[in-house]
Amino acid sequence: MKNFKYIFLGLILFAVQWAEAQNAKGKTGTFALTNASLVTVTNGTIANGTLIIADGKISALGTDVTIPEGAEVIDCTGLSVYPGMIEGGSRLGLVEVGSDARTRDYNEIGDVIPQMKALTAINPNSVLIPVTRISGVTTALTVPDGSLFPGTAALVNLHGYTPDQMYAGFEAVVLSFPSTGKRGRWDSRSEEDIKKDAEKALKQLNDAWEKAVAYYQIDSAIRAKNSKENMEYYPEMENLLPVVRGEKTLLVEVNAANDIKAAIEWVADKDVKVVFSGVSEGWRVAEELAEAKIPVIAGPVLNIPNREYDRYDRSYANPGIMHKAGVKVAIKTADAENVRNLPYNAGFAATYGMGKEEALKAITIVPAEIFGVADKLGSLEKGKIANVFVTDGDPFETKTQVRHLFIQGWKIPMESRQTKLYDEFLEREPGLKK
Amino acid sequence: MKKYTTIVLLLLFSLVAQAQQKGTVLIKNGTVLTITNGTLEATDVLIKDGIISKIGKGLNAPKGARTIDATGMYVMPGIIDAHSHIALDAVNEATSPVTAEVWTGDAINPMDVSIYRALAGGVTISHALHGSANAIGGESETIKHRYGTVDPDVLRMKEAPRTIKFALGENPTRVHGGGSGIVPRTRMGVEAVFRSSFSEAREYMKKWDDYNVNKNKKGFKGTAPQYDLRLETLADILRGEIIVHCHSYRADEIYMLMQVFKDFGIKKLVFQHVNEGFKVAPELAEFGAMASVFSDWWAYKFEVYYSTAYNATILHKNGVVTSINSDSGELIRHLYHEAAKTQKYGGLSDNDALSMITINPAKQLGIESRVGSIEEGKDGDIAIFKNHPLSIYTIPMMTIVDGVVEFDRENDADDMRIYADPKETIDVTLHETGHAGDRCMQDAEFLFHE
Repeated sequence: MKNFKYIFLGLILFAVQWAEAQNAKGKTGTFALTNASLVTVTNGTIANGTLIIADGKISALGTDVTIPEGAEVIDCTGLSVYPGMIEGGSRLGLVEVGSDARTRDYNEIGDVIPQMKALTAINPNSVLIPVTRISGVTTALTVPDGSLFPGTAALVNLHGYTPDQMYAGFEAVVLSFPSTGKRGRWDSRSEEDIKKDAEKALKQLNDAWEKAVAYYQIDSAIRAKNSKENMEYYPEMENLLPVVRGEKTLLVEVNAANDIKAAIEWVADKDVKVVFSGVSEGWRVAEELAEAKIPVIAGPVLNIPNREYDRYDRSYANPGIMHKAGVKVAIKTADAENVRNLPYNAGFAATYGMGKEEALKAITIVPAEIFGVADKLGSLEKGKIANVFVTDGDPFETKTQVRHLFIQGWKIPMESRQTKLYDEFLEREPGLKK
Repeated sequence: MKKYTTIVLLLLFSLVAQAQQKGTVLIKNGTVLTITNGTLEATDVLIKDGIISKIGKGLNAPKGARTIDATGMYVMPGIIDAHSHIALDAVNEATSPVTAEVWTGDAINPMDVSIYRALAGGVTISHALHGSANAIGGESETIKHRYGTVDPDVLRMKEAPRTIKFALGENPTRVHGGGSGIVPRTRMGVEAVFRSSFSEAREYMKKWDDYNVNKNKKGFKGTAPQYDLRLETLADILRGEIIVHCHSYRADEIYMLMQVFKDFGIKKLVFQHVNEGFKVAPELAEFGAMASVFSDWWAYKFEVYYSTAYNATILHKNGVVTSINSDSGELIRHLYHEAAKTQKYGGLSDNDALSMITINPAKQLGIESRVGSIEEGKDGDIAIFKNHPLSIYTIPMMTIVDGVVEFDRENDADDMRIYADPKETIDVTLHETGHAGDRCMQDAEFLFHE
């Protein structure tokens, strides 16, 4: 009898799971995309080409490609193939419903907490993920948010059921650089208080950094002696250590012109790998950024200018101005639920000075280079991971449809909860009368 | 110091003088997207004294009038935003679930630089709505973007009918039930607020009607009922004199309000946001309610978690007059792009997509006889684009209100503020990450409890 009860319970659980299975399954195998326009990004466009996906990789591409036996052939006549777009900085997977604190996992308590890792907190089953990827965004940097060192960001592919399956090979310690600006429209601190707070925060940053350097020196000394001694458990410093060593990237969130200048100065005497993110006033200090050879992830492009007296289109023009000055520029939405608008952020940048080609690079090969994964992602090249999407037109154009999507070689169903609601409700049954 | 004040005053004076003009201008040889009458290639549009007087080929400019060469450009009606909070000093009178006695027209700020930024996105008219803190909020104002004045009256679109803001769901229940501990705390409470308010308004109307019928009769000894501005406004809604614009998200509450309105005989109803409108699209169409939606905003709160970007298309295809709105000083700058998303999500035609930011919002504001399309006799509100306005590569080049050029990309003076605070000593910059955020809850945030 007892056993029967358990079986019954199991059946119910199974039924619940089955009812909640929201996404059709991806499919792995060998695929041949034929008669396609292959926009490689790094090597021009191949007209009427074939691209082979096997073992999760791009195994061949060109006009003279033999289709492997057993490959599923997808005729792409009239269609274009692009490398998956890479979002340079989002909260995807770390938040489900923005206003509900119980679903917000990007802002842990503390000022120096680099041990807080985005990668393990990302919800692989977030409803936001399929909504994002079917627009051609295959990969996203997911970034904790907060003051000073709020955590460690992770680059993930937008398909998989565990962090390990999603991890795309890059993590960065985040630094919210102390700001001399207002935090938002409702920041009511006086100008004096803003200044004071900024000075305090800068001191706090320097103190934390000095500690990290000291930790590094002690650690190095222990290693040099080949001693069996271990450092005391100190997760904050342990996670800053690879940054001090120059092994791990420091992702510096910084926006206002003065703050960018201060950040350039701050990193100048430190031997660290650094990327600036946000950089909404990069156009004001583009020369300085170029000279410092610091790459940036700019965005959101669809944003209002920082200052009331700034020209209305500064945010649109910002990536192009920096690019022209010689800065390496990637683009981000800085969004969560609407990372799907990444091609439009790039499209506005393209229109307002950056040009189509560079704007496409800014969401493919450039972020791949900045994240040190250009050998695996960011372009259509033999041997790279098969993150690929197929469109019926220019991916920046709003009306363009994505027809096929592959992430790590898996053919992903072109559906999300939003498309399913469309299917259900376009012609609702019953209609008015039941 | 004095010198600065004089300069500022002089500048303001000249701007006021300019803003009240009605202009005469000839737009030559553009591709004219009329919206209501197809696309006319290589066509001229003549605006005389603020009114579109002629559409045709080979038109001549009246003496002294400016001619704009629109060869290779797209000429469309000025874009209309049916949901905005720009140019407002106050948005929410969040002191009671019913505040029908207040009016955003009393809080117009003509110096808000957002007006210029909207113009730079081709937007000539916006609906300066009360916020969504209250079940029944305040009356709202339809404004024309006649930028460059310090006089709020200049901005008012005098021909526009009265509108009022209602709100359902989380905002009124969080502010009043959650924040102040009064009804409504639930969606049941929201319905009850409407039913009791309109019942009270009905009684108030009857008292006044009885009084007015009897007051001149011989031997009448009664006194006039007490005047109540809140109930006056509600009575005007019952009389069909005010268009209700209701902030809403979930299908159940949308359906609920239609039932309430049926019971009280109220017909003029536009749902705002209406993220789950697609679930009750047949009912909306049958009622004759209209819908003003976001192109793709969702998941920022729980009641918009079950949204779809296909909402506009589903509503449109079910026969609901649908517009795309901004509710944001950022989005308002690229409504043409937001409208284009109806082509990604549902493949609407160019004309249907553009209708959602022109003639459809005009209908929702009750101003479709004046604006929303390029027709002879309508107001000279025009936006000129390089490349098709639905293309990502489009650039708004010029925006004209009442025949006056209010935005010209070729002659844009970076700093377009009307008022600069002379006391500001350090350069404080504003930067928000992520969503620029909607202002629907401005002035009511302090009442939130999570």
